[in-house]
Amino acid sequence: MNEELTEEEKEALKHIALKLETFEKHRGNLIPILQMVQNNLAYLPSEALKIVAQHLGIIESEVYGVATFYNQFRFHPPGKYPVKVCLGTACHVKAGDIILENFERKLEISDGETTPDREFSIERVACVGCCALAPVAIIDETVHGHMAPSKVEGLILRIKLQEEIEEREKKKNEPGQS
Amino acid sequence: MMLKLRVDNQEIEAREGKTLLQACLDNQIYVPNLCYLEDMESPSASCRMCFVEIEGTPQPVPSCTVQVKNDMVVKTDTPAVRQLQRTALRLLLSVHDVDCKNCHANKKCELQNIAKFLKVGLKPKRLERYLKETLIDETHPFLIHYPNRCVLCGKCVHICRGKHGESVLTFARRGFDTIISTYSATDESSLTCGDCDTCVKACPVGALAVKESS
Ligand code: SF4
Ligand code: SF4
Ligand code: FES
Ligand code: FES
Repeated sequence: MNEELTEEEKEALKHIALKLETFEKHRGNLIPILQMVQNNLAYLPSEALKIVAQHLGIIESEVYGVATFYNQFRFHPPGKYPVKVCLGTACHVKAGDIILENFERKLEISDGETTPDREFSIERVACVGCCALAPVAIIDETVHGHMAPSKVEGLILRIKLQEEIEEREKKKNEPGQS
Repeated sequence: MMLKLRVDNQEIEAREGKTLLQACLDNQIYVPNLCYLEDMESPSASCRMCFVEIEGTPQPVPSCTVQVKNDMVVKTDTPAVRQLQRTALRLLLSVHDVDCKNCHANKKCELQNIAKFLKVGLKPKRLERYLKETLIDETHPFLIHYPNRCVLCGKCVHICRGKHGESVLTFARRGFDTIISTYSATDESSLTCGDCDTCVKACPVGALAVKESS
């Protein structure tokens, strides 16, 4: 739950603090406020929950309790490559939960979390509309159908390699390096 | 005003405004219950343990949600009632890490009492067991919480709110994943706690404890 905030996020947090002032200090505003925060930060870091609690004059654990009730809120930054594992009916029947488990194990994070380098995050989703391909996982925007546990490692490796190649290309093109 | 009612063929009296559950308990008629506290304005009725049958009402009802009425005729031990209670208990036990020997609540545990009363084994075999990943939550500076012993009765939350105006403990998440959380990302919640252990005392099972070091 406690990833370090990036500089950008710290800036966004200041902006949020100002915006908070436009919300009446009323419990009923909790959800709209949380939505505003997530719109600005893409997730709800504990630092944000804290200032929201302060603004409304309620205890942080209450903010947390309410926020965790709703699927729309997330508590970890989205990864650069979000992994979405479908657990809709068809994928569930085709053992989508085992696919999820494999991603969790390989990336060493749980559903709803983000790797410390913020490269990957895992999320379970409901039917993504291609049940014929069940079980389905979506990485970034790419749909991977007929998923099998044995495919998980390869998919992650491919992305990491791709990244490395891009990195090298970038270095090559930097002036004074070639 | 005192009202008269008949519970299990026994004449009892209860003050107007009391819940039926309280009236039974006050008259030594035991009705299993986990989530009820007398000062609750609207009981959550979440544990589904306190069912009774009331004459004129077709279905068993949770007695913590009913106020006593004059001439009420109540049965606490019909087969329908027992069946509902046993099912509720088995469901609770199916998400419970039964390990009484190593639990500080052993022998003073309400779940044990109810299981004995209903003659249900603590390790029922019919249901699959589903435990939460976190066995012990030690994030709070003074409190320890055991999610797999928690029956989610909400007493700790209610009692903490009553005492401090707002509750350090809260329900978090939803469905099977629901937990009691203190969300002590900061130490402000611990300031509220001081040396209060009201929540630990309110817990009917062994799900909350004070850290030894504190
Ligand atoms: S909470 Fe009660 S039933 Fe559960 S392990 Fe402890 S003593 Fe046993
Ligand atoms: S910790 Fe104890 S009092 Fe609190 S909800 Fe769980 S079982 Fe009830
Ligand atoms: S259930 Fe997974 S795509 Fe429909
Ligand atoms: S005591 Fe009535 S439902 Fe829990």
